[in-house]
Amino acid sequence: MTGTTSASGLHLPQYLREAADLRTPVGYAGYKSTGLRAPLRGPVDLPHRLTEVTGPLLGEGRVTAADADLTRQHAGEPQGQRIIVHGRVLDSDGRAVPHTLVEVWQANAGGRYRHVVDNWPSPIDPNFTGLGRTVTDGQGRYEFTTIRPGAYPWGNHHNAWRPAHIHFSLFGRAFTQRLVTQMYFPDDPLFGQDPIFNSIPEAARPLAVSRFDLERTVPSWALAYEWDIVLRGRDQTPYESHEPGADDGDVA
Amino acid sequence: MSRLHTTPSATVGPYLSIGLAWEDGPYVVAAETPGAIWLRGVVHDGNGDVVPDAMVETWQADPDGRFDHPDDPRGAVPYPGFRGFGRSQTVTEGQYAIYTLKPGRIPDGEGGLQAPHIDVSLFARGLLDRVVTRIYFADDAEANDEDVVLRSLPDDAARRSLIATPTGDGYRLDLYLQGDRETVFFAV
Ligand SMILES: [Fe+3]
Repeated sequence: MTGTTSASGLHLPQYLREAADLRTPVGYAGYKSTGLRAPLRGPVDLPHRLTEVTGPLLGEGRVTAADADLTRQHAGEPQGQRIIVHGRVLDSDGRAVPHTLVEVWQANAGGRYRHVVDNWPSPIDPNFTGLGRTVTDGQGRYEFTTIRPGAYPWGNHHNAWRPAHIHFSLFGRAFTQRLVTQMYFPDDPLFGQDPIFNSIPEAARPLAVSRFDLERTVPSWALAYEWDIVLRGRDQTPYESHEPGADDGDVA
Repeated sequence: MSRLHTTPSATVGPYLSIGLAWEDGPYVVAAETPGAIWLRGVVHDGNGDVVPDAMVETWQADPDGRFDHPDDPRGAVPYPGFRGFGRSQTVTEGQYAIYTLKPGRIPDGEGGLQAPHIDVSLFARGLLDRVVTRIYFADDAEANDEDVVLRSLPDDAARRSLIATPTGDGYRLDLYLQGDRETVFFAV
């Protein structure tokens, strides 16, 4: 892949694509819902042009400081183990992604979502919605206060349980960087039977698992987990070797 | 320099509305904006059934073909009241609905202009990563014929899967995840 698209004076960054053996496939046989939903034809390659290298820069205006604390959205405190979840949003070049929106949602301590289609027999917590939002700071850092979500059963296979997880949604700064994913907790005994976790290629699974962070626990208050999120970086090499006008030969 | 590996994606699952519902999500421009259009369509699965738990997101140039973004080498140009981004859940019988302004044409980087288009991300339970497509407009036939992306597609059936047709108040494009009419999806 070249680093620039050149003509009409356009020099555009090109976003690197992770190798297929480190990327979650769109469909996975063990995850039943993919059967009628994951497209069957291979995708067509779309070189990165203006629409792909730009993207929504949604930030401060959409969130308040209170949105990052999921334990303070109701009259009382939610049930469960209070935790801090924090980390940095980086690109694959190791650069911070500052001022970018991070949206999270999760089940309550008993593994129940506050959603009409979740009706397994575990109680709703009147003091927990399970929605959080924040914007990364200038160094790409984010932090939520929440409760540790419980595991929950689902109908994928006999006695199927999702490992505890928090759903994350990120934009980065380009359409190519958009990411929706799930953060897991270390050493979950349910990993082995979960097709959503195991749809991630084995070498990439550790990247989906947070780290217990003793340093950031708050005495007599909260445990802590650290999870860095890495979005696609840009191919910079051709910029460095680029001489002005050198690849402008294709101007129509 | 050694690169970090990217965080692997995961499905949005069935409960995405808890985290991702925005009251103003479908409104790329405010209600009653002169010239605004409704872009609608139904998402279908491989059985032909509608998909009522998907989310469609859109990203596009403004009507002048500009982006309010620092990585546009032509310069970041704001268009008052225009967010560029839309987000709609398909909870009503599998239908998404985005209220926006039609984008202008933009350079294709190969000396020509792209036809007006909107980049689309589709998320749903059963999709472990988003799938990406584009929406074009049937009444831009001449521009569509010149468009570098449409021209790269193998046949007219593939092109047709991306071209929205005019309706009373905008355009409509149904999306097909599988089947005879499977939408062309892109690897970005
Ligand atoms: Fe979940």
